[in-house]
Amino acid sequence: MSRILLGLLCFFALTAQADPILVPEVSQDEVQVRQGFTGTELLLFGAILDPSGARAASGYDIVVVLKGPASPIRVREKEQIGGIWMNAASTDFRSAPSYFAVASSAPIDQIVDDRTAAIYELGTRFIQLSPSGAIDPEEQERFTAGLVALREGQGLYEQKTGGVTISEDVLYQARLSLPSSVTTGTYTAETFAIANGRVIASAVAKIEVRKVGFERAIEDFSRSWSFLYGLMAVGLSIAMGWMAGRLFALV
Amino acid sequence: MDVYLPIANLSVNGLVIVALGGITGILSGLFGVGGGFLTTPLLIFYGVPPTVAAASASTQVTGASVSGVFAHRRRGGVDYKMGGVTVVGGIFGTGIGALLFRFFQSIGQIDIVINILYVIMLGAIGVLMMREAITILRPSPEGTPRKAKKRRHHPFVTALPLRWRFYRSGLYISPLAPLILGVCVGALTMLMGVGGGFILVPAMLYILGMSANVVVGTSLFQILFVTMATTMMHALTTQAVDIVLAALLLLGSVSGAQIGSQIAQKAKPELLRLILAAIVLLIALRMLYGLGVQPDEIYTVVPI
Repeated sequence: MSRILLGLLCFFALTAQADPILVPEVSQDEVQVRQGFTGTELLLFGAILDPSGARAASGYDIVVVLKGPASPIRVREKEQIGGIWMNAASTDFRSAPSYFAVASSAPIDQIVDDRTAAIYELGTRFIQLSPSGAIDPEEQERFTAGLVALREGQGLYEQKTGGVTISEDVLYQARLSLPSSVTTGTYTAETFAIANGRVIASAVAKIEVRKVGFERAIEDFSRSWSFLYGLMAVGLSIAMGWMAGRLFALV
Repeated sequence: MDVYLPIANLSVNGLVIVALGGITGILSGLFGVGGGFLTTPLLIFYGVPPTVAAASASTQVTGASVSGVFAHRRRGGVDYKMGGVTVVGGIFGTGIGALLFRFFQSIGQIDIVINILYVIMLGAIGVLMMREAITILRPSPEGTPRKAKKRRHHPFVTALPLRWRFYRSGLYISPLAPLILGVCVGALTMLMGVGGGFILVPAMLYILGMSANVVVGTSLFQILFVTMATTMMHALTTQAVDIVLAALLLLGSVSGAQIGSQIAQKAKPELLRLILAAIVLLIALRMLYGLGVQPDEIYTVVPI
């Protein structure tokens, strides 16, 4: 009996603290990769509201996570063997996101503990890469750090502390940049509202990154008509070489 | 001018790529080498994925050699029989090269294999050419004209059975020798993403002993067909030929090749060979140095 009472009490206690509503929006739900594409900047913004519609009370932190399509990868580590730097150890990850960016309104370690951060992948340290094969955690951590550092250098992984600004306790916004080397596919933008170390609301938006026009046509052509594509490349080079010869003969 | 490369999946400065093609084009016009040995490493350095760089560079070399072949054909500088034999060998070679490439890729050592091959090949050829050029350039003692070196092919070549006459090359040797040479160069073309001219020209001169006036034309003829085969091989297997990248490189290299060949007509050939030897040696030394120092990126990612 007392257990049921306790349960009910907990239920009311939880629902009484009404969770705020998160209304996320992305500046564009489609990124078109076409000629002259040099990367783009996405603006992720939205509002945090009380269920009543009033602005939510202060004391929230917002974390935005933007993830690109994941694929299995192998990470190799170079080592000096006999004076030469060559690939030695390697490890596999079953699902490494091609793009991963986190923006937060405050340093993540001050908002949540490591366990919560790991559950929601809040931070480049906590990307769920699903390593395959049994390797010891220390080595795995080294490879993960190596991968993150490499992709950070390429602008593909990013952690922006203070990248989210909240104005008037109601509107938040974050800017994340996609470099020109992004993988095409479906990107997910997750927004988390966090208070007292707990995720109290979350919302997901999808962004489609795809090649269009000429770039799309070239890629499709090279995949489905490889032989013709090869002939086209050869033909182009012969034609250009021949034409240059003729043109310069006139000069 | 930003250009997005649809296969390499990144955007590059188009003018930089055209300039890069131009430099290699000038070199190819000057020295009769394709210039792929410069394009591929420079493209990789610029951030283009290695496979795409190698595949597109081979397309570029095709274009750069076309005009060269036409020019040499007009003055009878192509031995078609010899060229044909090396082309057949070369096409086999690209197949072997593709298998080797896949093998080294699977054990993760393709980069190191390519680098070591570059150091050995460029180092050996650079030293050979440098020695040759210096002996010619050095004034002979007491003003006596130096005796022309008697042209003879490598003893290994004479040991091979079955002899054919190659009239234009002035040779009566076994076709197996150029065939084997073709296979080796073809395999290297596929592995290193180069035309192989910088190997073929000295090999034809010093190993086969072909007469010098058909060497450049015949090697360009071989390169033309083998790079065509390489482009097809890449289009079908790695699907890494980026036609936009190739077009930009071609734009620079075909014009560069014409400029280069016009300079070549005015300059002293020995001096040109000395300069090429110096360039080749410098690249070899740079790559040797690169093998020993800690790379900027310890980690590399490959899709599986």
